[in-house]
Amino acid sequence: MDQALKELGGYIRDTLGSSVEDMGVRLGELTITIRRDDLLKVMKFLKDDANCQFLTLLDVCGVDYPDDDERFEIVYHMLSMTHNNRIRVKLRTDEDTPVDSVTGLFNAANWWEREVWDMFGVAFNDHPDLRRILTDYGFEGHPLRKDFPLTGYIEVRYDDEQKRIVYEPVKLTQEFRTFDFLSPWEGVQRMLPGDEKAEDATEEEAK
Amino acid sequence: MAESQIKNFNINFGPQHPAAHGVLRLVLEMDGEVVERADPHIGLLHRGTEKLIEHKTYVQAVGYFDRLDYSSPQNQEHAFALATEKLLGIQAPARGQAIRVLYAEIGRLLNHLMNICAFAMDVGAMTPMLWGFEHREKLMEFCERACGARMHMHYFRPGGVALDVPQELLDDIYEWTPSFLTIVDDMETLLTENRIFKQRTVDIGVINAEQCQDWGFTGANLRASGVAWDLRKAQPYDGYEKYEFQIPVGTNGDCYDRYLIRMLEMRESVKIIRQVIENMPIGPAKSIDHKVTPPKRSEMKHSMEALIHHFKLYTEGFKVPAGEAYAAVEAPKGEFAVYLVSDGTNKPYRCKIRAPGFASLQATEFLSKGHMLADVVANIGSVDVVFGEIDR
Repeated sequence: MDQALKELGGYIRDTLGSSVEDMGVRLGELTITIRRDDLLKVMKFLKDDANCQFLTLLDVCGVDYPDDDERFEIVYHMLSMTHNNRIRVKLRTDEDTPVDSVTGLFNAANWWEREVWDMFGVAFNDHPDLRRILTDYGFEGHPLRKDFPLTGYIEVRYDDEQKRIVYEPVKLTQEFRTFDFLSPWEGVQRMLPGDEKAEDATEEEAK
Repeated sequence: MAESQIKNFNINFGPQHPAAHGVLRLVLEMDGEVVERADPHIGLLHRGTEKLIEHKTYVQAVGYFDRLDYSSPQNQEHAFALATEKLLGIQAPARGQAIRVLYAEIGRLLNHLMNICAFAMDVGAMTPMLWGFEHREKLMEFCERACGARMHMHYFRPGGVALDVPQELLDDIYEWTPSFLTIVDDMETLLTENRIFKQRTVDIGVINAEQCQDWGFTGANLRASGVAWDLRKAQPYDGYEKYEFQIPVGTNGDCYDRYLIRMLEMRESVKIIRQVIENMPIGPAKSIDHKVTPPKRSEMKHSMEALIHHFKLYTEGFKVPAGEAYAAVEAPKGEFAVYLVSDGTNKPYRCKIRAPGFASLQATEFLSKGHMLADVVANIGSVDVVFGEIDR
């Protein structure tokens, strides 16, 4: 299975040339990373080529890596029922750079791209109807970004006196707590006080 | 007589409408009785599941999957368990896999019963609801006897299932299967050749195979259009390849075919359930790697190591190697998948839930354009949507 996927990945990379930046098969899944500007070309090829036939776009989603220059990774999952294959296509973008919409190739992409816009704030060029989809009417912010707090900013309740729903800033009755259960020995990145002596000792031993 | 300007009429369908299957707000533009444009507004049940999962350990995340598609909770857990196992590089033992298949098929019955009954009610048939839900209750009792919860089972965990099932339960399920086939027969006499039901469903919401793929349809909706595609056969997981069953395929891709496919699928599920019970392997129901699954309580009474494992598992959880995995299962509504990105810690870095209903609902406008208002209801009912999974 892996071998066949590798061959398919190699074929895609050879045909598309510099559009494909990286190709790999991990855990039995074929992943290609592509240049952002070549998205439409790559998707059209994957859909139409006789050896690929990835006719179903299953999913479009984003992943946020706030420390990177191009912080958002947009991930497309595609399925070929003809060849019983799956492929994952990835590309990188940042807050300001829009990605080309694939709604022209796959109708299914419409809502998935709206969801990415809603959750991450990545815009799509030529999308027919780029509105928010899952969040409330009038919502501000992009909740799945890593810098968006879990509790959000606004809370909603029914006010019995005014007989309507009211929006208020979040008030936490108890401070938000996150527990880092990672072991202190494995999780620590920086050097502990006193650790430098151990290195000196080994160096001295070496001498 | 003066010439009058005829304007299209906008109506707001839902969110509090029994035929909206939950909380769907549908803005419809009507030209008389004919639908010109349908714009579903979703998200009224959005609970931020994906964000919450990013802040929970892998052990704690399982419970969120029950609350997605609440008509077949165990099938969702299945995808998450498979995705986590893929990243960890482990597999559930044979008995665990068989129990999962058994309960996944029970989940399919639960879902199809709910869908067919609600769909029949949408188009005007009251009785199937009353008959079907009696049997749904029996199925839920089987769930309760396995794990203690009727609906939100929290049963399929990474590494196997939470608890082993007793033999009496398996015997009872086996004895119950023939009686279930009778109720399926009874429902068919009510609906399949029913003149009113056919008038409401035949040639309504037709979609062909290419359009299905274009709109990302999977599961029964896709098979009703004539594509023999089922992940249980095409990319088998948890030993589905060992069982013999047929894949029902439709021809017309209309509401009536989608109904027929679900009816036939229930019969196939019963076949699988019987085979699983006949060939139930003996052995542990969950992985014996206690870094991932909790040890037995009796063991904890005298083994220090078991106690430590238990404590570590329920506080810190287990660490999952960095990487990404996409695991899909044939949920009753279609391909339900979980895309997990792990950064090597005990919490998922990103957990994307691919809900089949999201794709199906998206095609509402495509299916309903040019049909009557009443057919919109039939379309929504027949593509099988539950808002828990669509809004996440």
